[in-house]
Amino acid sequence: MKKTPSKKHSEKTAPKEDFKTFAFSKENEEKIPEILKRYPEGRQASAILPLFELAQRQCGGWLPGSAIEKITEMLGLPIIRGYEVATFYTMFNLKPVGKYHLQICGTTPCMLRGSEDLKRVCKRFLGIECGETTEDGLFTLNEVECIGACVNAPVVQINDDYYEDLSEKSFLNILDNLSEGREAKPGSAISRQGSAPLKKEQS
Amino acid sequence: MPKLVIDDQEIEVPEGMTVLQAAEMLGIEIPIFCYHPKLSIAGNCRMCLVEMEKSPKPIASCAMPASEGMVIRTQTPMVKKARQGVLEFLLINHPLDCPICDQGGECDLQDITMAYGADSSRFEFNKRAVPDKEFGPLIETAMNRCIHCTRCIRFASEVAGVPELGATGRGEDMEIGTYIEKTITSELSGNMIDICPVGALTSKPYNFRGRSWELSGTPSIDVFDAVGCSIRIDTRGREVMRILPRQNDEVNEEWISDKSRFAYDGLKYQRLDRPYVRGKDGLLSPVTWDEAFLAITERLHHVPGDHVAAIVGDMADAEAMVVLKDLMTAIGSPHMDCRQDGSQVGEGPRCSYLFNTTIAGIERADFCLLVGTNPRWEAPLINARIRKNYLSTGLPIAMIGPSHDLGYPVNFLGNDPFILEKILKGRNPISSALKAAAFPMMIVGEEALRRKDGSIILSLARQIADKYGFVYKTKPQDHWNGFNVLHTAASRVGGLDLGFLPDPKGYTAKEILKAATRKKIEVVYLLGADEIDMSALKSTFVIYQGHHGDRGAAIADVILPGAAYTEKSGTYVNTEGRVQRGLKASSPPGEAKEDWKIIRALSEKLGIQLPYNTIEDVRSRLVKVNPLFDELDKVQRAKWVEFNKEGDLSPEPFKSIIENFYMTDSISRHSITMAKCTREILGREA
Repeated sequence: MKKTPSKKHSEKTAPKEDFKTFAFSKENEEKIPEILKRYPEGRQASAILPLFELAQRQCGGWLPGSAIEKITEMLGLPIIRGYEVATFYTMFNLKPVGKYHLQICGTTPCMLRGSEDLKRVCKRFLGIECGETTEDGLFTLNEVECIGACVNAPVVQINDDYYEDLSEKSFLNILDNLSEGREAKPGSAISRQGSAPLKKEQS
Repeated sequence: MPKLVIDDQEIEVPEGMTVLQAAEMLGIEIPIFCYHPKLSIAGNCRMCLVEMEKSPKPIASCAMPASEGMVIRTQTPMVKKARQGVLEFLLINHPLDCPICDQGGECDLQDITMAYGADSSRFEFNKRAVPDKEFGPLIETAMNRCIHCTRCIRFASEVAGVPELGATGRGEDMEIGTYIEKTITSELSGNMIDICPVGALTSKPYNFRGRSWELSGTPSIDVFDAVGCSIRIDTRGREVMRILPRQNDEVNEEWISDKSRFAYDGLKYQRLDRPYVRGKDGLLSPVTWDEAFLAITERLHHVPGDHVAAIVGDMADAEAMVVLKDLMTAIGSPHMDCRQDGSQVGEGPRCSYLFNTTIAGIERADFCLLVGTNPRWEAPLINARIRKNYLSTGLPIAMIGPSHDLGYPVNFLGNDPFILEKILKGRNPISSALKAAAFPMMIVGEEALRRKDGSIILSLARQIADKYGFVYKTKPQDHWNGFNVLHTAASRVGGLDLGFLPDPKGYTAKEILKAATRKKIEVVYLLGADEIDMSALKSTFVIYQGHHGDRGAAIADVILPGAAYTEKSGTYVNTEGRVQRGLKASSPPGEAKEDWKIIRALSEKLGIQLPYNTIEDVRSRLVKVNPLFDELDKVQRAKWVEFNKEGDLSPEPFKSIIENFYMTDSISRHSITMAKCTREILGREA
């Protein structure tokens, strides 16, 4: 291994910015009317999901309480209704996450194809377990339920991209690239075309 | 009207009814947890599954609208198995702590488990543990017991109008809670305890105090406001253990306010349990009844009748009032008043002081104008009705007076009585809405009536009512009267109906106090009146009859210990004009007596013996004074007749009359629970 493993970080990662008050950035502010327009008159509260997503992206992958408050208020809802939504959907992170959010699928097909091994890689190379963030703030590891790419199991979602057909080695390679600031190519690690069969003669 | 068959019985039900309601009409019982007739349908507990023909799966009867030709079966093996399965899942995470749970004995889950539960659990893992929540001084939580029926969430956001509760997380991690841990800020929060089908939300003051099977319940009437909620007083021995609502769809539905529910501990403290007389040393000392009466008779013999006055308080029953009125008449005093707060209402015809629309009638209204009232604090259940109408029809509500947060959107017109004149002249933005409304209603509150120009505001309100068609005159078959006065005192309408008012040459409560300082009044009889300016009575001989050592007793020269509302059978007339009777749940402490008996005994000592010996005699006297006391539990509507008073409005803005909802009277002022509420919910020093 080229790099010494990063030390495990305590649960509370101090956010880099001050999230006590939240305001949409100028360009995101412009997107809001467009998002609201997607819903019929009087049903604007439905925009809560895309607006939460917009806020989460702006905040670097997590949704601070101040953003929940701001958006629910904006939609004319009681704050608890927004909090219910934010805690119901696992895709909203209520705690800060690292630059790379590793979401290892742990549902049956991926588990049978080695997702447990991938978790061990994280433990060994990054020193983190599920729900933890590395001290340098680069990686957060989480296990998620089926992300719908079982044919290419095991799958890890890193931020918006799927990394498929992983082995310990190829996953380690991806982590290495990312921690060195290089890019990692999404998609199948064994150059499989889409979800096509591996061997031609298979029916 | 769809026709359907349930368990081989055919029934025709109104459009929009659910299968569950149809089954209830046939007397078929279906187990439920999340369904509540007064809340929206959630359909999430799945306990009410029934079999529907042509449906491959069982259906949730609480959420399925009854429709034409349905064939429903509720007692098949499939239904039984489905319900057993649902219950087994519910019990997986439910602790087996019934022996130490306050809900034990009156628990839906316990009862339904008796019917559908297995004898043992197949679940071998650990049960989930949920941290308890802090919901304030009234609600104790044990969240492990929660089965996520979401009734409390729906109650908070629908009935109480404080959308503070929610279900956070999902699946196994779901919890009921608030966004930031906080006290529930509703005056109706105690009802969540009643609707919780398990022991997750229980009463904090009653926590570990008693078991439901040890208590005996007495139906009674609440006296903390003028709504006259139906309550049940649960007692063990002499002690009031708790107070619960009784269902009365015309008044309080199934709810009562937190003050009505929790102020009962005030009945244990500062009670007047024996007569007192103020001696020459200026101190009150305990005496016998005879000595107390002697002190009064000695004094009254030296005072002309028209130098004697009587004021009754907010919790007096009609029996005591009629007896006191007869006593005052016999003494020869024209000075009596049942409006200790100086409210300028009641001199006119009956329609001028009633809540004519009736409480249930609020649901028909299509416009509501509030004049000088804060219904959320003055009558939480009337506020809940207004909110109910707002939720179902979007009722527009306009308000004149200090701005109060009522839990629903209000068009705040301003705090200026002259707005009424503008509305009358059609020069206010709401004038056109009033004209267009088919069932407009208006509530004139004590904030307006207690002013010097209270009766003028009342006349203005009447003129508005006439101009904008608040009262149907031509269509008697379709009765609608949108003119309402909202009282705050349980005794008020009863007192007015009995004519407990000054004679033409008599003094009102305020004038009595003024006359007392000028020695025109030498003896004042206070029947539970504590909300007056006692400093005016310093040199007056004060007879205080009541149940608490409160403001009145502090300046009294003779104290006659009476009974609180739980300790006597009393008749009350609520703000609608509904005559209601509460029964006696326990006995008064020590030597205290029922109020009418005290006055009757005093009359004998004074040599003007009043002609009744039993409560029945007093009640027939009530009917003689006003025949409407003959019929109980029915609104005695008032005919819409002329009343008017000319005068000038004062430009002064309206002032709030209730500073602290939790402490408004001699009982709640001595309640520890209410003191906690004041501190923790209102954030004030009690």
